[in-house]
Amino acid sequence: MSGNAAIARGAYEAGVTVGTGYPGTPSTEILENLARYAPEVYCEWSPNEKVAFEVAAGASLGGARSIVTMKHVGLNVAADPLMTLSYITVEGGLVACVADDPGMHSSQNEQDTRNYARFARVPLFEPSDSQEAKDFMKLAMEISEKYKTPVILRSTTRVSHSRSLVAQEERRAPGTVGLVKNPSRFVPIPVWGRPMRQRLEERLVLLKKEAEASPANRIEWRDRKLGIITSSIAYQYVREVWPEASVLKLGFSYPFPDALINQFASGIERLLVVEELDDILEQHVKSLGYAAAGRKFVPGIGELSIDRLRASRAKLEGCEMPQDEPSPFSQDLPPRPPVLCPGCPHRGVFYALGKHDVVVTGDIGCYSLGAFKPLDRMDSILCMGAGISMAHGLEKAGEPRKVVGIVGDSTFFHSGITGLLDIGYNRGRSTIIVLDNRTTAMTGHQDHPGTGRTLSGEPTKALSIEEFGRACGIDRVLTQDPYDLDATLEAISGELEADAPSLIVFRAPCPLKERKRVGMRRVVNPELCKGCKLCLKLACPAIEYQGELPVINPIFCAGCGLCEQVCPAGAISTEGKP
Amino acid sequence: MSEKIRSVVLAGVGGQGILLASEVLARAAMIAGYDVKTNEVHGMAQRGGSVIAQVRYGPEVYSPLVARKSALVLGALEQIEALRFADLLAPDGLAVVNAQAIVPVTVSMGAAKYPQDIESRLWKAFPKLIYLKAAEMAKDLGNIQAANIVLLGAVSQGLDLPDEAWQEAIAASVKEKFRELNLKAFEAGRSLV
Repeated sequence: MSGNAAIARGAYEAGVTVGTGYPGTPSTEILENLARYAPEVYCEWSPNEKVAFEVAAGASLGGARSIVTMKHVGLNVAADPLMTLSYITVEGGLVACVADDPGMHSSQNEQDTRNYARFARVPLFEPSDSQEAKDFMKLAMEISEKYKTPVILRSTTRVSHSRSLVAQEERRAPGTVGLVKNPSRFVPIPVWGRPMRQRLEERLVLLKKEAEASPANRIEWRDRKLGIITSSIAYQYVREVWPEASVLKLGFSYPFPDALINQFASGIERLLVVEELDDILEQHVKSLGYAAAGRKFVPGIGELSIDRLRASRAKLEGCEMPQDEPSPFSQDLPPRPPVLCPGCPHRGVFYALGKHDVVVTGDIGCYSLGAFKPLDRMDSILCMGAGISMAHGLEKAGEPRKVVGIVGDSTFFHSGITGLLDIGYNRGRSTIIVLDNRTTAMTGHQDHPGTGRTLSGEPTKALSIEEFGRACGIDRVLTQDPYDLDATLEAISGELEADAPSLIVFRAPCPLKERKRVGMRRVVNPELCKGCKLCLKLACPAIEYQGELPVINPIFCAGCGLCEQVCPAGAISTEGKP
Repeated sequence: MSEKIRSVVLAGVGGQGILLASEVLARAAMIAGYDVKTNEVHGMAQRGGSVIAQVRYGPEVYSPLVARKSALVLGALEQIEALRFADLLAPDGLAVVNAQAIVPVTVSMGAAKYPQDIESRLWKAFPKLIYLKAAEMAKDLGNIQAANIVLLGAVSQGLDLPDEAWQEAIAASVKEKFRELNLKAFEAGRSLV
């Protein structure tokens, strides 16, 4: 079972009845797995993480056990409800499952969610494999309900996406739901909020005692010469690199279990802290007065591994790590970066934008791949929704070129609407493009408010991006098929010339999701091909070229026909035709 | 303890079926009674990029990731991907490489070159190499999609899992109507000399 499936299983066994979230690698499969327990558990993809968090908070106030799932950057969006929910407290247990991405496999930054636990003064659990992912979810739920506090369960890419064996148990029967009116508890206006602030600190003292006695924290006594404090996936690497060392393994790591740390630190000769990303444990252990080694030997950037910790061990022991020469046969291999898939509806839009001297502010999604050469048509990416708002800011600052903002459909609903509202309200002039492929593609095709389907597969209203655009005060709203290259070029040129803000929705479903070709496969007729290489500017993985004439790989070609429209010699056509 | 852990690396290009192959392998190890951990790549990395799946089994497995120079077997569905992850293979490990070239976009754009001496590089890089035409073998058996299982059959030659575990794992991992084909595909790879 994957770590994510195990978290979902734990939530199910804990009697959770409401699960919410927004997709984000590496967290996405938690909610997808939990949704399989419908109708015992109600699950939804919310438009964004803030909404998801609030929906879970509402359920919890009514007494239901709930979870909310997101990736690390999603918690920034949901930070607002988190920071005050710890004041007003929960009724049914609420666990926020947040997955970090050390190494930035699929993320725009590498932030460490453990900081949020301390920031919001909420308990933190950190599983190191799938069995713990399930067990800790249940422990977290108990702690949440016992102390009326939201709890963060922090996973990482390697915990979420590794599989290991998990023993399953029965589901706890859910309790009854019904909000019990108690304004001095649930309404943090200053007169009631200040006592809440006091109670928050008192609760932390109790939670520290709870962490010190928790089965999620344990000392493994082995050789006392070296003692290692560690948590999460780093524990697994530590066990292989220092099999002889004593280990304090923290699974319930905030509030810091000081009694355990004291017991461990005073029982060993040398203390090392091994943690992925920030030096949170190390700084705390030092603040207790112990001479702990940590960041000096263990890297704080990128993910840890057995190999990196072997180097740490060598450094700690004062010996040089033998430098392994990489195999000479693996030198100068051509890189294979991720690319827009064959038949991707985004490709033509980037190609068309390449015809204009404009600035393009982008967003988070598959279309971030449009930043690579040869498409090379994205100048910035910040966070979800920023593709729209940053275009507006650049335009207002006096950028001499026309500014184009790009978002996806799911991103538009996530946090693009408010940016568009700003453009409509504050007399912006940017051209906003929504690349609507009818799904949240990058994370594995999740539904969203525009698709007409819920997470559990029920039909629902498909909300219209165009109508949102008009409601935001954008008068020039167009819908265009991105596979028609001439019309795409014309739509973009027309809107760039307009002296008003506009919204172009390029709509075509993701062929990867539809699992079918867009059209007939294309072939290159070598007798007509002049070798001009214009088709290569599309960066289509199906078009292979090694120095003579381009060849279309029939296994990959999705039949979108863009290459045929780009070819000036008429050398590309569907199979069977001349 | 760690020397008893067997590590296997499977590599290829997104969409080639690496993840199914790793699932079958993990299941076979589980059926054989081992503790198993696997890791796979999701999200951004799947969009036509290099894909790697790692499987480790033994009495007790800690890290889901394979350390350098420690894999017993490296199986690759694409040739340059075999070389890309060559460093993970133990010096006496077995490499199983499908004789297929998938040209990366970086090559088509002229930013890089596909090594023309790939076959001789492979023979030099891997002292123990099974170089097979998995795609053609799968096609002959009736479906080119089973190339991943042909490869897995060859990979199995370097591992100590019993036939029954493999067969049970394949039966449990693929749809009923593809079962016969995949069992044959596996056998074709396993019996390859």
